[in-house]
Amino acid sequence: MSDDSVLTRRKKSRLVKVPEPAPSSLLFSGPDWNFETLGRIFDAVRQIGEGELGLDTYRTQIEVITSEQMLDAYSSVGMPLFYKHWSFGKDFARNQMMYNKGYQGLAYEIVINSDPCICYIMEENSATMQTLVLAHAAMGHNHFFKNNYVFRQWTDASGIADYLSFAKAYIAKCEERHGVEAVERLIDAAHALQSHGIHRYPGKRSMDLATEERREKERRAHGEALFNDLWRTVPQAKGKKPATKKKLDEERRKAILKLPEENILYFLEKTAPRLQGWQREILRIIRLIAQYFYPQRQTKMMNEGCATWTHHRIMTRLHDKGQISDGSYLEFLHSHTSVVMQPEFDDRRYSGINPYALGFAMMQDIERISLTPTDEDRSWFPDIAGNGDAYGTLKSVWANFRDESIISQYLSPHLIRKMGLFHIVDDHAEDEMEVAAIHDERGYREVRRALARKYDVARTDPDIQVVDVDLAGDRRLELRHNVLNGVTLEQKDADRVLQHLADLWGYEVRLVEADDEAVYAEHKAEPMKPFA
Amino acid sequence: MNIIDRRRDPGGKSLANRQRFIRRARALVRRAVREASGKRSIKDIDKGGDIVVPADGVREPVLRRGSQGGKREYVLPGNKKYVRGDGIQRPDEDGGGSGASADGQGEDDFRFALSDEEFLDLFLEDLELPDLAKRQVLGVEETKPVRAGFRSAGPPSSLSVSRTMRNSLSRRTALGRPRPQDISAMEVEIARLDGLEGQEDKAAALRAELERKRTRMRVVPFIDPLDVRYRRYEQIPRPVARAVMFCLMDVSGSMDEHMKDLAKRFYSLLYLFLKRRYKRVDVVFIRHTHEAKEVDEETFFHSRESGGTVVSTALEEMARIVQDRFPANQWNIYAAQASDGDNLPMDNLNTINLLKNAILPLCQYYAYLEVGHARDNGGGDGSSLWRTYEPVVASDERMAMRKVSHRRDIYPVFRELFAKEGAGGTGAEAEA
Repeated sequence: MSDDSVLTRRKKSRLVKVPEPAPSSLLFSGPDWNFETLGRIFDAVRQIGEGELGLDTYRTQIEVITSEQMLDAYSSVGMPLFYKHWSFGKDFARNQMMYNKGYQGLAYEIVINSDPCICYIMEENSATMQTLVLAHAAMGHNHFFKNNYVFRQWTDASGIADYLSFAKAYIAKCEERHGVEAVERLIDAAHALQSHGIHRYPGKRSMDLATEERREKERRAHGEALFNDLWRTVPQAKGKKPATKKKLDEERRKAILKLPEENILYFLEKTAPRLQGWQREILRIIRLIAQYFYPQRQTKMMNEGCATWTHHRIMTRLHDKGQISDGSYLEFLHSHTSVVMQPEFDDRRYSGINPYALGFAMMQDIERISLTPTDEDRSWFPDIAGNGDAYGTLKSVWANFRDESIISQYLSPHLIRKMGLFHIVDDHAEDEMEVAAIHDERGYREVRRALARKYDVARTDPDIQVVDVDLAGDRRLELRHNVLNGVTLEQKDADRVLQHLADLWGYEVRLVEADDEAVYAEHKAEPMKPFA
Repeated sequence: MNIIDRRRDPGGKSLANRQRFIRRARALVRRAVREASGKRSIKDIDKGGDIVVPADGVREPVLRRGSQGGKREYVLPGNKKYVRGDGIQRPDEDGGGSGASADGQGEDDFRFALSDEEFLDLFLEDLELPDLAKRQVLGVEETKPVRAGFRSAGPPSSLSVSRTMRNSLSRRTALGRPRPQDISAMEVEIARLDGLEGQEDKAAALRAELERKRTRMRVVPFIDPLDVRYRRYEQIPRPVARAVMFCLMDVSGSMDEHMKDLAKRFYSLLYLFLKRRYKRVDVVFIRHTHEAKEVDEETFFHSRESGGTVVSTALEEMARIVQDRFPANQWNIYAAQASDGDNLPMDNLNTINLLKNAILPLCQYYAYLEVGHARDNGGGDGSSLWRTYEPVVASDERMAMRKVSHRRDIYPVFRELFAKEGAGGTGAEAEA
């Protein structure tokens, strides 16, 4: 991004409607495009995105791919390179079949949170769709990645590509050294625990993927430097034994191991008694990748809302300025409306709340509140109602919220009414489900709170923590699932995961499901094929 | 902004992962493949296609909440009639408000598509050709062009520019063809002398010299037809492993469509199997009643004949064709005979002599398949042909015979015949 675009951005950011001089010529006509067209489209899109809306983006790298390559990308979580594992092959096999049979279309684009921001676009897209895709991904998502606080806090956009290539090479090397099967089994186990390999709260650890590879080398070099075969022959100091034998009381033990710990993979990596160095490193790789994707899960709805709102605005502006034809604009609207369609709950097509629909509606609503608020809005949102700066408001929202918080802060009664949101409580102790709140004066806050809870990742993932382990004793690992609302874990899967955990830990593992009032279930697993 | 065209990048990035997946689910996939193949028509037997494996084998477990019990909350869009405090009947079982919580559970089967290659690999896994002794027997069908020097005539496409230019250069040097830059240098010199006083003689001499050189240049061309060389290729014969498969079938009135279908399935499997082992496989169809004839595939399976049954005629015909077209020292010969077991009693002795002395010595393998109906089984101690062959089978390992009365038996029987030593157990197990 050059300096002069920053200047233009500052100049224009307060203007909402700019009367346009004579319409400039069309960017393209017809569905065909070539690289020159793409370049023109991108420049026009960026002119609006950065110049008028004042978006702040990473550099963009556009990569044109075929549908087959898109399928490939699907199965490695969209990343350009990824380590090898059968589970990705499984996803690929499924996607390929679904696609070949026509059950499922392909995305128009995939965008990667990296610097430069990589947008994969499909060669099949028409010129209009490429415009839409660039506005959506290269402007909307890109701005969101760069500015949203969750991403800034948790991910290192400039390091991810290098780190993935390190991970891929490292795992391939391990496969060479220790056999494909041993590595595969380890990754199976790690994947099973991946959802519990995340630090949810920023602590003293700061993420810097670029130094990860260096640190791994240093750790190994340090280990090698310290190794001296002579130590083996030195008789064990007798004076020390009584000290370890002395029974540490539970509090002290937990404090030393920093228990309770909810990041199970992290705990294993640091503490599991029988794992080897390379095994710990692989656990670390998988946990760091899970961590990289954590922000995406927390901001899915907002991220799509931001991108959808952005592409809608940019396309509309392009049309206003006469840079795309009426036909293109209609093609865009057709695609846009089907993306933001929200079937109602009693519709056959209903499958949950569409993040595009809710996100787009919220962004439009925030714009409306800031430009033309009603009295209701003024009393609900005194901070933004009628401030006249829609773009500024939206940008600060995009930067400072995540799904859960934006809903609890900015879901307006207006939108609740418009979508007809209502809240149902299903208590299995009762015969019937109960409508707890609807879109009326008494219900707004409750509906809003309930919906926000649905988007709280820390709440939708079961809260499982390592609570105790007696390393000096039988080494049994104790975990606890803090049961919420009496919903226990899925039995079969939990047992399977626990088996993996026992193999990793090397000793018995016990998981207790309980809340303050009752103990619901207890799972146990003995290691069958421990890693060593 | 950068635009990068990735379309030409090698595809198949996921292939390695896909293979890992198939390897992982191998046992499951193999069973599914065999089940699927039983239901297919012959034409499609070597096609890939959808395979369903139980999801349990390839499950990736995660810690997640169960779908039953506890207190759950939903927020749904599109309220029309409900007010606070209304009760709603729970939808059956799943407990999810209109599927709101049906998050990808109940995934009982995993369905995906195999490519033709993958399908066949799994389908024919663990099978081996019996008696590979003659596999070294190679035909010389294919030839491959190999570079072999140069020649002075040939098509323009094989013109060797470097060799031609080399010849041209040496000829020009030998015949003293003046270089263009020498000539232009002389022209410059002449022009210079012309401008000077008192150098007319010198200029005239130079002019004569220049004229001489120009003539020389015309006489000695830059490239002469003599210089031109073409690359020369020689056709080197390349040995190719090849096989011929004889399909012998009794087409007399007693063979009905069902039996022919069974025979056809067996032949198809054998053909597929041979095709994977040999680069070239020829198929010869011989049908017989009381006389035998080589026919094409269509006639073989579909036309009806009437008459008695004399097996030896087919064997004679086969021996003759081998003699004519497939010398046994150049071909791997396989034969499969299908029959309902009838034979003219007086022909039995003749048949067995032919088989023992003429046919089996030629063959890699001779399979006899007795086709019948399920209801015929269990009675008696075999057909006339079966009893005739029994002693041969016992004494010669190149021959095998089996009875088949139902489609689903074809594949197991085929596996039995070709199972690798020691791998037979797994094959049978997978069938069970």
